[in-house]
Amino acid sequence: MAKKKVVLMQGNEACVEGAIAAGMRFYAGYPITPSTEIAEQCAVRLPQVGGKFIQMEDELASIAAVLGASAAGVKAMTATSGPGFSLKQENIGYGAMAEIPCVVVDVQRSGPSTGLPTSPSQGDYMQARWGTHGDHPVIAISPATVREVYDLIIRAFNLSEKYRTPVIFLMDEIVGHMREGVELPNPNDLIINKRKMSYHDGANKQCYAVPEGEYVPAMKPFGQGERYNITGLAHDESGFPTNDNAVAGALYTRLMEKIDHNLDDIVRVQEYMLEDAETAIVCFGGTTRAVMTAVQEARAAGMKVGMFRPITVWPFPEQKLRSHLSRLKKLLVVEHNYGQMVLEVQRAVAGQTPVEFLGQVNGTVIPPAAILEKLKEMEG
Amino acid sequence: MSARYEMRFTGSGGQGVILASVILAEAAVVAGHQAVQSQAYGPEARGGLCKAETILSREQIWFSKVIQPSFLLALTQASLDKFAQDIAPGAVVMADSSLTVPDCLDPEQVLSVPILETARKKVGKVMTANIVAVGAINAALGLFDQESLREGVRRHIPAGTEELNWKALEEGAKLITPEQAEKFRQTLE
Repeated sequence: MAKKKVVLMQGNEACVEGAIAAGMRFYAGYPITPSTEIAEQCAVRLPQVGGKFIQMEDELASIAAVLGASAAGVKAMTATSGPGFSLKQENIGYGAMAEIPCVVVDVQRSGPSTGLPTSPSQGDYMQARWGTHGDHPVIAISPATVREVYDLIIRAFNLSEKYRTPVIFLMDEIVGHMREGVELPNPNDLIINKRKMSYHDGANKQCYAVPEGEYVPAMKPFGQGERYNITGLAHDESGFPTNDNAVAGALYTRLMEKIDHNLDDIVRVQEYMLEDAETAIVCFGGTTRAVMTAVQEARAAGMKVGMFRPITVWPFPEQKLRSHLSRLKKLLVVEHNYGQMVLEVQRAVAGQTPVEFLGQVNGTVIPPAAILEKLKEMEG
Repeated sequence: MSARYEMRFTGSGGQGVILASVILAEAAVVAGHQAVQSQAYGPEARGGLCKAETILSREQIWFSKVIQPSFLLALTQASLDKFAQDIAPGAVVMADSSLTVPDCLDPEQVLSVPILETARKKVGKVMTANIVAVGAINAALGLFDQESLREGVRRHIPAGTEELNWKALEEGAKLITPEQAEKFRQTLE
């Protein structure tokens, strides 16, 4: 029997290997703990596969370089943590408006400002949705294991290419800095999407034109003979700015609908022991590790507890959560912040089921014992 | 050994205790076990109190942090004094022999071994102390076969330094007597 090649891999390393497998060939960034290993590994690996790594002068320049590379037809990524994620927000909005695919990795750490650089947190959940100004579409994905980091960063690139929008890859210190044994898939078995590069037959040949019933325009790479305009201003199908309210309104609607009308394709969740559960714990990212252990221990103690975990954290999987409510008596949201995803859960549940919250922000992780204690308190 | 064997490695930033924990986790993976490794340290690159953790199991490990370690390595007095306060009942504590064993520990559970001196004098490079420690830990606890342990080390050292590191592993193993190896042996359930 062929021996399986299992290697110990860090979450941040898996992020780079997965991104390269997805076709990422350009990385621009400004290193910051706890995401630094992503920049380090990109600096080593990208030249080996014919890609380019550049350390920019700051985070603003990094995301700008990534948008430029992507406009030239190259799959591009940047990675950062909380303070750097704040700085990148303006151009994330530009990417959403100009429909430039890219992946922005945020390995969350504690605190506003520079906070606790080496400590876990999930305080950027709402920033991933609302960090850049104005109404805009967002896809954000949050992994819980090292193997998932690899698989889901590929999915992040695929969705970004398919829907022509920045995708936020919302990691945290727990998963980014953790190492565990992984066996990577055969690259030939991977499904890799690439943006449509030639204009639709029959459609008018304008750069932002879409055929009837479709939402995503084709994107010809800059530098290959096609001249067109890219702007953060509201624009018409030619890509040039417009103040025409009907045209602007149609653009904004299309940007939102390309995500809202494809939720089945975009939204993914993990459900664990939910079939007969009376209490569901809602969590995401690295918190999943403690919740899984807590659910196993609660079950061993005879408590009917399960887990509902958004993998796609934006758009929030509200339909999937609501589909379980008729059986559930209580919900417990566990996250490493003062209460962010719990707001989405409360909105989705709309009072139908009581929602409790367990959060922690002190630089340490929530242990399974604290979750069990909370579950017992809720029973009593 | 219980279903979940928790190990903590402590010292001062720059001593390589994180790498020691990574190598043992890698050796575990090579040997076909489940392993999760993580670390905690301050913003400083050198000199701060440093803590790394490896959890071993036969089953998938979910919660990735040590709750109460069954093994503790301490290479500085500050780390021994701090982390000896919170260990599982009957835990094995390996401390550098230059350190004073705190009163909270039962001498029977402590392996006091000259890791730093062995790295400096016998191997000839103080920076190999973490590999000496890995050799001593594996000899004391009997965790992995030599082939898995060497593969665990090989994947994390620069090419060309193999002989130096094999020497450090061997010198580390020599610090443990057969009686100690018998007494402290662990078996993954």
